[in-house]
Amino acid sequence: MTASSPSRHRRLGLTDDEYDRILERLGRAPGDVELAMLSLMWSEHCAYKHSRKLLRRLPTAGAHVLMGPGENAGAVDVGSGLALAFKVESHNHPSAVEPFQGAATGVGGILRDVFAVGARPIAVLDSLRFGEPGASERSRWLLERAVAGIGHYGNSVGVPTVGGEIYFEPSYEQNCLVNAMCLGLAPRERLIRSAAAGPGNVLVLLGALTGRDGIGGASVLASAELGEGDEAKRPSVQIGDPFAEKKLLECCLELLERDLLVSLQDLGAAGLTSAASEMASKGGVGLDVDVARVPLREPGMEPFEVMVSESQERMLCVLAPERLPEVLEVCARWETLATPIGRVTDGERLRVLAGERVVGELPVSVLVDDCPLYDLSPTAPKDGLYGAPDRVLSGVESDGEVLLALLRSVNLASRRRVFEQYDPIVQSRTIRRPDEADAAVLTLPDGSALAVSIDGNGRRVACEPRRGAAEAVFECAANLACVGAEPLGLTNCLNFGNPEKAHVAWQLTEAVEGLAGACEALGVPVVGGNVSLYNEGPGGPILPTPVVGMVGRLSDAARAGRLGFARAGDAVALVGPFTGSRVGSELAKLSGEAPAGSLPALPARAVAEAHRAVREGVRAGWFRSAHDISEGGFAVAVAECCVAGGVGARVAVPDEVSLFGEAPGRGFIVSGDEAALAGHQIIGRVGGDRLVIDGRLEVAVSELRSARENGLDEALSARC
Amino acid sequence: MKFGVVRFPGSCDDVDALQAALRVGDAVMLWHAERGLHGVDAVIVPGGFSYGDYLRAGAIARFAPVMEAVSEFAREGGLVLGICNGFQVLCEAGMLPGALLPNPSLRFVFRQVSLEVVHADSPFTRACEPGQRLSIPVKHTAGRFYAPDDQLDALEASGQVLLRYTPGHNPNGSLREIAGVCNEERNVFGLMPHPEHAVDPLGGSVDGLRVFESMRAHADDRVLA
Repeated sequence: MTASSPSRHRRLGLTDDEYDRILERLGRAPGDVELAMLSLMWSEHCAYKHSRKLLRRLPTAGAHVLMGPGENAGAVDVGSGLALAFKVESHNHPSAVEPFQGAATGVGGILRDVFAVGARPIAVLDSLRFGEPGASERSRWLLERAVAGIGHYGNSVGVPTVGGEIYFEPSYEQNCLVNAMCLGLAPRERLIRSAAAGPGNVLVLLGALTGRDGIGGASVLASAELGEGDEAKRPSVQIGDPFAEKKLLECCLELLERDLLVSLQDLGAAGLTSAASEMASKGGVGLDVDVARVPLREPGMEPFEVMVSESQERMLCVLAPERLPEVLEVCARWETLATPIGRVTDGERLRVLAGERVVGELPVSVLVDDCPLYDLSPTAPKDGLYGAPDRVLSGVESDGEVLLALLRSVNLASRRRVFEQYDPIVQSRTIRRPDEADAAVLTLPDGSALAVSIDGNGRRVACEPRRGAAEAVFECAANLACVGAEPLGLTNCLNFGNPEKAHVAWQLTEAVEGLAGACEALGVPVVGGNVSLYNEGPGGPILPTPVVGMVGRLSDAARAGRLGFARAGDAVALVGPFTGSRVGSELAKLSGEAPAGSLPALPARAVAEAHRAVREGVRAGWFRSAHDISEGGFAVAVAECCVAGGVGARVAVPDEVSLFGEAPGRGFIVSGDEAALAGHQIIGRVGGDRLVIDGRLEVAVSELRSARENGLDEALSARC
Repeated sequence: MKFGVVRFPGSCDDVDALQAALRVGDAVMLWHAERGLHGVDAVIVPGGFSYGDYLRAGAIARFAPVMEAVSEFAREGGLVLGICNGFQVLCEAGMLPGALLPNPSLRFVFRQVSLEVVHADSPFTRACEPGQRLSIPVKHTAGRFYAPDDQLDALEASGQVLLRYTPGHNPNGSLREIAGVCNEERNVFGLMPHPEHAVDPLGGSVDGLRVFESMRAHADDRVLA
């Protein structure tokens, strides 16, 4: 072992204090291989050193929880002996540098997280953020390439992309966000954990060859701000191979079905180093890894490169030696490389061998547990952090013109252009596709169904981080209510700027508090997630963007709700404590107002009661349509119901409700027989080919549709 | 009636096709590396990305061992249905006329489209009426049906164009709106739309079932004869 030169730790992203701590823990200077491994395991990306303490605030217990945070993915019980595993994860920095591969490998990574716990991936959703497409060629490029990358990977692997969301805001110009969520199903007893066990057991590397791609991805890319010269970081972005993933997926599921494995772990950030450390740590055992046995894509790779490579489509598993022949046979059938590269040992040390030579030997606890966890120093900023957007509306427009401008705006316009590039139906479970309902709905074998939604509006969180983050949770739950589903659990991805800056620390602290409060109010546990920090460029931090993915269940798939008005003559009702305010709204944005001010009240009990009423109305078949009032407020929600149903409506806007004011997650537009809507505030009737809001506006449904359908295309075809 | 669904590495809609076939009969998977067809009455070559399709869609799959058996099966009059990637494979294998070129958009397109049954006198469309409209989704990157003009004329003259996209529904620039063609003997049929994804009333249209019911009826007739 060669001792590392003292300045080297800084180039690898470790502070002097952190390096001193390593010296103290080891009682010696780390060798080169060891320092490379430690620098990754102690990176923000792997160690969550600025967020771990905060995350303890999130409620993780619940009646349906089978696996909580800490495993590759969380899982909840969905009945009939089935477990639903799910998780959302970011791939922001790679996507900002190389959007196609960044987004593609983001999907690949989250799929592996899910099949690493033994679940077959059944659905993907994506949450994307870019700069203003009308003003920025770079943002258009990032969007087009990220979408193409997601489609390339998801479609080829045969996992449907069933939903997602996209927002465009100037703060994401340099630092786009690509968050991907995956859901997987498994028989409950087949869920597998990643803890290595049984000294003498064999460690087998499955899947692709190991190359020099993605070296330092976790530390170079994901744990520092973006800036000039990021093109030079492209070699740190991994290259995806969905065909290899598809074979690896089928192979792993067959290995588990035959009960051949003790544990399974995917190789993500920090590659073998992280996978081996985590497996050893969770199992309280040691591991020997021989880098000379790892099949390489190119000759001459250094041991440290093998240990930290982030080459995609690889998994690590532990199995009893007598199972090896059968494992190799299954892998051969799936044309998936399987190589014994080490073994489980007594003692809690991770030893790295290069053939006979020991090139690194570290206590597992130093790798996994000893990274310092930092307290944040949050301070609320005195002034708004984000500038005013370009003004689109002058303020003299009629209500009808404002409505059309909102429907055409890039944040509200139809996402058809995007979702037509994804396969939403493969695997034959999807019964509600994008644009059909507020949440995607997938059938289960027993006649029940799963529902899933993903949401997070950074502009609102920027206004008031605590309430804005809570709104994301309520909004997801509202989406589920609209299809008749009750929430079972959620996963979140916290996308923020540099946490070492006081105002970002404040946003993060407040947002976590808001998420925790909302989860407690609705009784929805957090079963896993991801944190992505340092999302800032030269222009400052991104909008604080906690993205929430929520899953739920409805007992009768045949009763799953739809968002579009269904039948002329149906009554229309407003459900929930909705009034709406201009703060943080799309109208405020189009009017050139910076995101600032207090968000409207969120009376948790009354809102939860409204969710219950909608859920039950949909389940009972009383509501032929249900749609939550989110971006664009009341008028946009009613217009969306008209467009989706291909029918008009005439409604009156209640006195206390502002036409375009927003208060997401709190209110709903439902329709059905007048008798079935008894007890709710009836505001009008479905029918005709125009939307009439008494005394305010009258617009043909065809015009609403055209604005909504063409808005994104118009912005993307803009040339500066 | 037993269907066999070919499974290549990279097949994605194999289980979907199996489930759809099970709605009208029995069905088993056929592994790409094996030559046996296990006594099936009809073969389905399903959608997906066989062998990754990093080369030209279907170009590698046509060389799979199972395809020798499928080809032999077709020569003896057995029913072979190619869906999406399966259609591409059958064209590459020379079992169907024409070729499937990349969409003019160069993008993957998913869309529910409307199809017109051009001829109902085939083993794959006999459960339909001529002129009937079917609502079935497409999802592909290379689905633009192409053949030289004289071959297109011949295909139309001999009644081999079984399905067309209805006006305004052609998602990929297919020549003469062709969505599905059969061979001269009418026992091999390929289409880009996915009938196996239009079989569940909960998912909307069940028009895709007509294709499987047609095949079933054809097989039943053969047993009786």
